[in-house]
Amino acid sequence: MNAVIMKDKDTVVTVTAPIAAKETVTYIAGAAKMSVVAVEAIPMYHKIAVCDIAAGASVIKYGEHIGFATRDINAGQHVHTQNMSSTLSEREGEK
Amino acid sequence: MNFYGYRRTDGSVGIRNHILVMPGVICSAGAARKICERLPYATYLYNPNGCAQNHRDTELTLEILSGMIANGNIYGAVIVGLGCEMIQENKYMEAIRKKTDKPVHYISIQKEGGMKATVVKGMELVNQLKAEADQCQRELCDLSELILGMECGGSDPTSGFSCNTVLGNVSDKLVDAGATTVLSETPEAIGAEHILKKRGINEAIGQKLYDAVIQCERYYLEAGEDIRNINPSPGNKAGGITTLEEKSIGCIHKSGSRPFTDVISYGEKIRQKGLLFMDTTAYDVASTVAKIAGGAQIIVFTTGLGTPVGNAAAPVMKITGNHDTAVRLADIIDFDTSDSITGIKTIDQLGDELLHYILEVCNGTLVNAEENDISDMAINQYSSYC
Repeated sequence: MNAVIMKDKDTVVTVTAPIAAKETVTYIAGAAKMSVVAVEAIPMYHKIAVCDIAAGASVIKYGEHIGFATRDINAGQHVHTQNMSSTLSEREGEK
Repeated sequence: MNFYGYRRTDGSVGIRNHILVMPGVICSAGAARKICERLPYATYLYNPNGCAQNHRDTELTLEILSGMIANGNIYGAVIVGLGCEMIQENKYMEAIRKKTDKPVHYISIQKEGGMKATVVKGMELVNQLKAEADQCQRELCDLSELILGMECGGSDPTSGFSCNTVLGNVSDKLVDAGATTVLSETPEAIGAEHILKKRGINEAIGQKLYDAVIQCERYYLEAGEDIRNINPSPGNKAGGITTLEEKSIGCIHKSGSRPFTDVISYGEKIRQKGLLFMDTTAYDVASTVAKIAGGAQIIVFTTGLGTPVGNAAAPVMKITGNHDTAVRLADIIDFDTSDSITGIKTIDQLGDELLHYILEVCNGTLVNAEENDISDMAINQYSSYC
């Protein structure tokens, strides 16, 4: 195991070791051992997509929306500021 | 589930049986400290205030200090004043008597006639309290009488996915057993206010949570600080946090998944059961103090880099998901959750183990902050000293 998923429906997991390109990232979701192959290097404690995330779609961690994909993200890609951003203008429930 | 605690005449329950000595104002801190140096069974509660504060801040100081003394962990207290300060004996006693009927004595340097006389008198009073406190016996208490405060500080990337998750698991278990757990640090929830809103036990409480966060953000904006734009910090980003939502959800994550039953103000006496939110600063010491002033008998403090923070009135237990920190800073870390990262143990297993350890601490086992005799004190304030 070299990654942690916070909630089963999350679309990203956090790697717990530095990951090299083509390395397999494994984590446990529920009782099942899951894996995804990194398509690029992932720094320790950063996020990797475990499924494809379309541009404009929510990135889900902790079972919650933590930001939008700013471009198409493929499973195995590093998810960070280069392909994801906050949507602070759309704060729900303020009015 | 049960623990063995001290039942107080005011209805509170303690897991410690401390005799506090507190300066009534910073000017008399030296005398109060000397009393505690000479009597190892006296617990020194540092008080940085007592004078030179405006009305609003004086009220805040009184709310915190009276709450610390009223905490169930305290048998009784001796307040050592100077004599001419703004918070006089009657002010202290009024605030304390609203919360507790426990024995509290007040002396002052100007009335006693100097340092030596004050220290001698203070020691006499502590010894009198000690004789009474020694008569108290631990009794079987239900978990519903426990109030646990949740805190974090010196976080690192492991906090979000290891120790905070384990603490959230414990919070759920405690709430299900009828206990009270308290989350705080409002500025850290900025960006997650819509999540908090969904976690209110009803719509009104959800709105109250949301409003507390928005009001906090406005307060900072008025002071020229935009929390949204400075978070996540460059250090957070280097550590893998991409957005403010991600950072804030990670912070509130340590409160588990149960609904919030109410929102209470800074240092307010905790009366409700279940999971509560206390509206505090994100300054970990000032936030820890507020929850203890509210009645929390124990604080569980998550950390990544490690911090020795402790409190005079209550055990502050450190847990970390960073195994390196747990090993290197072994004399300040109480519980290591890093087995959740390696997959050796599940979050639920670690939650059971941590809960078991918390109950041991309730029954008298000392945490490292107590062994290290740490008594940190900070009280929030709105304005400069007058």
